[in-house]
Amino acid sequence: MAQTPEGLTAQAGAELPPLSVTPDKYVPHRYAGASGDFNPIHIDPEFAKAVGLPGNILHGLYSMAQVARAATAGAGGDPRSLKRLSVQFRGMGRPEVEIRVTGSVREAAGKRAIVDVVAEQEGNRIIRNAEAELELQA
Amino acid sequence: MAIKESLKGRTQAPFEYEVGREKIREYARAVGEENPVHHDPEAARAAGFSNVVAPPMFCVVYSAGAMGPAVLDPELEINLMMMVHGSQQFEWFEPVVAGDTITTTATLKDLYDKNGMQFYVFESESTNQQGKPVVKGTWTNIVRAG
Repeated sequence: MAQTPEGLTAQAGAELPPLSVTPDKYVPHRYAGASGDFNPIHIDPEFAKAVGLPGNILHGLYSMAQVARAATAGAGGDPRSLKRLSVQFRGMGRPEVEIRVTGSVREAAGKRAIVDVVAEQEGNRIIRNAEAELELQA
Repeated sequence: MAIKESLKGRTQAPFEYEVGREKIREYARAVGEENPVHHDPEAARAAGFSNVVAPPMFCVVYSAGAMGPAVLDPELEINLMMMVHGSQQFEWFEPVVAGDTITTTATLKDLYDKNGMQFYVFESESTNQQGKPVVKGTWTNIVRAG
């Protein structure tokens, strides 16, 4: 059976090693620069409040990158192991609040595993119904 | 505003992106990817890559130049103030390394009304300089009312 150093097995029910990260106040700025997405709702708290948000919010694709990171790490860390990732964005991710990514293997065949993943902040699911297809190392 | 069914299948001009090593590093730092294969050419080569390799989600960086015009297409008349990113899928093939030239084509795959909201589904296909597919993306944007 395929098993990674972190212990994710290609077996239904196996738990993805959880990932916790607290994006600091300036993460949305760094992500804006890195990605090219300078939508002011992500980097300007005053603008965000003016359009009815509690403050500037995380980029959804930043949060998806945390799910990708957790899934890849669970497969042993090789970026080639992540074959597919689909997510639904819900709620709003906030800077300076811990993001916790958890998941478990739904089905597995050989070295391939389909993992259900969720990302939440203080119980608020910011990414739900995420599904990662991984190729685990032999 | 009613959706414009006739625009289904509309494809934008391909967008070419040259992948730089420092851009990969900048992106990797921004999302917390610490694996040395994203930062150090030696570590990347030891892992079987010809140069520093992009994290999978770096695909949003080289796809952006194709997705922007597709979403901002004036004929679609999407109300950006009311638009949210509903869901996203990526499927990865060949890894992307520094020095690659990635060409991305974006297509409006589907558009429909549901529960009083408009759904716009875009598909992006990216290939490298050898013509090999590197990523396929499905981007679903939702416009509330408007």
